[in-house]
Amino acid sequence: MRLVPTASQTAGPFFKFGLDHPEWSDLTQAGKAKGEPIRIEGRVLDGDGAPVPDALLEIWQANAAGKYAHTEDRQEKPIDRSFRGFGRCATDKEGHWHFTTIKPGAVPGRGNAMQAPHINLRVFARGLLKHVTTRLYFAEEPLNKTDPVLSSIEDAARQQTLIAVAARQAGASMVYRLDIRLQGKDETVFFDV
Amino acid sequence: MTDVAGYERLRPGEDPPYLDRDYGSTVKRAPLQKLLRVEHTISEVTGPSFEDGWAGPDKADLTRQHKSEPLGERMIVAGRVLDEHGRPVPGTLVELWQANSAGRYMHEADQHDAPLDPNFTGAGQVVTNANGEYRFVTIIPGAYPWRNTHNAWRAQHLHFSVFGSGFAARVITQMYFPGDPLLEYDPIFHSVSDAAARERLVSRYDPNLSVAEWALGYRFDIVLRGRSATPAGI
Repeated sequence: MRLVPTASQTAGPFFKFGLDHPEWSDLTQAGKAKGEPIRIEGRVLDGDGAPVPDALLEIWQANAAGKYAHTEDRQEKPIDRSFRGFGRCATDKEGHWHFTTIKPGAVPGRGNAMQAPHINLRVFARGLLKHVTTRLYFAEEPLNKTDPVLSSIEDAARQQTLIAVAARQAGASMVYRLDIRLQGKDETVFFDV
Repeated sequence: MTDVAGYERLRPGEDPPYLDRDYGSTVKRAPLQKLLRVEHTISEVTGPSFEDGWAGPDKADLTRQHKSEPLGERMIVAGRVLDEHGRPVPGTLVELWQANSAGRYMHEADQHDAPLDPNFTGAGQVVTNANGEYRFVTIIPGAYPWRNTHNAWRAQHLHFSVFGSGFAARVITQMYFPGDPLLEYDPIFHSVSDAAARERLVSRYDPNLSVAEWALGYRFDIVLRGRSATPAGI
């Protein structure tokens, strides 16, 4: 017999004392993770373009070799003991978020397809009865052209809502920027997963 | 072959919509474009594991985090994390946060006229055991007003965050109390249109979980999406 799954309910505005661990925004264990160090950052904006100061972002990504730290990833690729692939960051008063991480390697998709390097991302907030899910891809990646998820977005302008652009160099790290627009002009492509 | 068995999809009404005009905060935050349906890959069926204590030590007793005990009715809330096929989900992180017994959160943005309790923060976390079980000791949260509509009050609730074994299983939800008269008027509770799915959000008083002369027991099982029997597309 099937059990009815527990429905989502909003995280509300008052979650920080329960969920916010600022140190979880650094996935590299203070630089020990192998791979190309990057910072990803942006803002969360609402339908008026106003910052969302009470959002919580979570990311999940493969290591530099393109392997997830999970038993179901049976690829013969190296595990990085210094990289777990999970991060969490609450937005500040201006809606800014950021993660310190490494650029993920490509991972396989369905069939024989290869997926372009990407970071899985979700946002919780007051006003979101269930979280939104999307991905962050990287500009100028050759695999973007054939990525099954990106290619399934017919509108080229909407595709761009998932693609982080290299904004500046900060020490050894390239900084990639991507704003998440919950609604309105340039609304981010969100997934039904 | 790199196809994986994806997660089952929820049925209509089992999850709230994004846009729900009865809950005003959704109006400017709900995505309005059609969602992109993504068939599950290794990216969606993998997720962080917490069995090795990475998230820090369990904080299962919210009444023992300060000098003295908090005010309010002491309660035990316990249950199992299962998937929809009834299989336990062991080793997953369960986070809990809540208002104090006066209905006030330990949060700078909550400034409504009710006292903070210096002996209550209202946050806990545990990793489920081999049977998928969790257990917290806390106090019953108070109801509190909010500005959704005139004279609106949230039903008493605990916030729960659960990961499950893969990225797509994640859920943040709220647990309610049986018989709460505010449930009838709570648009967040009613954003779930399926009656059985709403019922799933209401805990059950369990006399066997209560501890004599010490604490009331409420049982709340959390059911996550289960995996499809076969990889889609095969």
